[in-house]
Amino acid sequence: MLSLSAPSLCLAKAKTKQIIKIAYFSQKRAVPAALSNLDPFIQNKGMSGAKIALEENNTTGKFTGQQYQLTNIVVPIKGDIKKAFVNHVSADTHFVVVNLPVVKLKQLADLKASQQKLLFDVNTRDDGLRGQQCRANVLHLQPSRAMRADALAQFMLKKRWKKWFLVTGPLDNDRLYAEAFKRSAKKFGLKIIAEKKWTHTHDARRTAQSDIPVFTQDIKDYDVLVVTDEKGVFGEYLSYRTWMPRPVIGTQGLIATSWHATHEQWGAVQIQNRFKEMTGRIMQEADYGAYLAIKAIGEASVRIKTNQFLPIKSYLLSDKFVLQGYKGKSLSFRQWNGQLRQPILLAAPRSLVSVAPVEGFLHPKTELDTLGFDAPEARCEKKQ
Amino acid sequence: MKTWLLNLSLCLFFMGIAHAETVFVSLEKDNALAIVDPIKGVLLKTIIVGQRPRGITISPDYKHLYVATSDDDTIKIIDIKTLKEVGRLPSGEDPETFALSPKGDRLYVSNEDDSMVTVIDIASKKVLKTIKVGVEPEGIAVSPDNKWVVSASETTNMVHWINTQTLEIVENTLVDPRPRALHFSADSKQLWVTSEMAGTLMVLDVATKKIIKNIALTIQGVSRDKILPVGVVVDKKGDYAYVAMGSANRVAVVNAKTFTVEKFLLVGQRVWNLAFSPDQQRLYTTNGTSHDMSIIDLKNHKVTKSVGVGRYPWGVVVKP
Repeated sequence: MLSLSAPSLCLAKAKTKQIIKIAYFSQKRAVPAALSNLDPFIQNKGMSGAKIALEENNTTGKFTGQQYQLTNIVVPIKGDIKKAFVNHVSADTHFVVVNLPVVKLKQLADLKASQQKLLFDVNTRDDGLRGQQCRANVLHLQPSRAMRADALAQFMLKKRWKKWFLVTGPLDNDRLYAEAFKRSAKKFGLKIIAEKKWTHTHDARRTAQSDIPVFTQDIKDYDVLVVTDEKGVFGEYLSYRTWMPRPVIGTQGLIATSWHATHEQWGAVQIQNRFKEMTGRIMQEADYGAYLAIKAIGEASVRIKTNQFLPIKSYLLSDKFVLQGYKGKSLSFRQWNGQLRQPILLAAPRSLVSVAPVEGFLHPKTELDTLGFDAPEARCEKKQ
Repeated sequence: MKTWLLNLSLCLFFMGIAHAETVFVSLEKDNALAIVDPIKGVLLKTIIVGQRPRGITISPDYKHLYVATSDDDTIKIIDIKTLKEVGRLPSGEDPETFALSPKGDRLYVSNEDDSMVTVIDIASKKVLKTIKVGVEPEGIAVSPDNKWVVSASETTNMVHWINTQTLEIVENTLVDPRPRALHFSADSKQLWVTSEMAGTLMVLDVATKKIIKNIALTIQGVSRDKILPVGVVVDKKGDYAYVAMGSANRVAVVNAKTFTVEKFLLVGQRVWNLAFSPDQQRLYTTNGTSHDMSIIDLKNHKVTKSVGVGRYPWGVVVKP
């Protein structure tokens, strides 16, 4: 008990307390159909990561005389997100962690009420949002599809699995990820030798055992099957069932992700344990994104000793800003599109296979910028 | 004949322990301690010590070793003569690093998962106090004049200054991201701190608790991302500081007077911790992923030998 007096002593020294207000904004989601019951649906994905980061920020804050307050705003499934934003995010809350799909994120970013705010997108992986449709008031914590595809491409090139068979799912997002893979193949000199669309039917005569060999039978001479099925409606069926014995990568098999249950290096085991202890489950990408968002706000405000919006925003986007993210390299934001630079984990379900950027892919500034859209390719004009 | 040989080798072994300096290395994945004769450059013996041994230190009278067996949630006291466990200290969960007071009466332990420092009275084997520090405290050191305990929290990015009399934090210094190891100069006037993420070595003035020098540990031809400094030691004369560079597989030789990096010495892989020989003529390193230790001749700043010790060597201490 006595031990608590030490931090408070320091507080007294730091004179007035600086309060930094943060909102966490999300919308309830309907439980989606799932291929298997192995992975339970997690409603509050993201928020738990935010909570842990907030606790950590406040531990640090005790020593710096800063206090971080988090308001959790959850809009009902059919609720109006714009109204909720205007009504519930207070004027003096400048930092808003947003866990919403692309379309809704854009709606919020374009509100008049959010022009004096910084939105931390912890969900989307859309390349458009980081390109022509970018917003000056949004930072992206998750790797984009281009970054993920580049990460896998680097590893494939290293393995010399240069001939790809691309299988695209039926949804828009699947098509976008497939486009990212095409871009990566071009960028790293790999070949997409065949491309097929997966069209799902409910024909009872078609089963994974019989259907997938037939689906893959006519494609010859490929090294690896690349699948884009972000929702996970068929991708898991591919491994072990293709006509030729070939590894599966993409959204199933070997995946590119910002966080994974198998990741333990660079101190990651500590945050994995803290998270498990608090929530009883394994940390997910959205949790990691929200964790980083709030840690970034903490890091910036501690370094420049302020709670003022504009200085924190410009520090976050400056060269001086570095964030520790348990991946062995320091993270920072790309000034040209607000994307968080970060290593990407290449993981199989039970094993961390590699971490991109893969060794040997060089860059004049930072090897992390070998992933995704680099400054010269950036098409975002709204960033300052 | 065989017994005679065995006797002879045992004899030699105990002579080795008794007369020359002996190096003890904790082996994280072998659950063991490696005992090395660094003069001959040979591994003498390996003893099982407990689950996942990491932090290791030696009592000032050289009678006992303290070893954090992290997965046993305890710090074991090992009698150096018999190499048997003679007691345990209540370290709290998952102990990794700790520091001994100069007199050897107190142990200060970092409890990484609980964001605190536990102070243990060695004679009574009791916890005197727990002190709340920043998130993920790891590096910890006691000043030779016994005035300060410093704890570095990796995620809060601070050095916490704890007064050894009151056991309260009196000051916090914000340092570069992910501070790892701390080492006081022999005169207790400077504190040397490594930052893993920034790849820097900071020198703090103990009187003002401010950073007076920030040295970038850049290596030509090695990308910035791979520069991950961990362990740091400064020689007694204050001439040189040495930094274990982690995955850069090198030890940095830093002139402690001019604060400039003079040299990088190539050692084993993922070099983690460092210890001087008693005469300060040699430096011993633990190389985690090449499973060996390197011996550095400090007169010429040359690596003279590497000795295979076992899987994942972590900490190292030397008995004269």
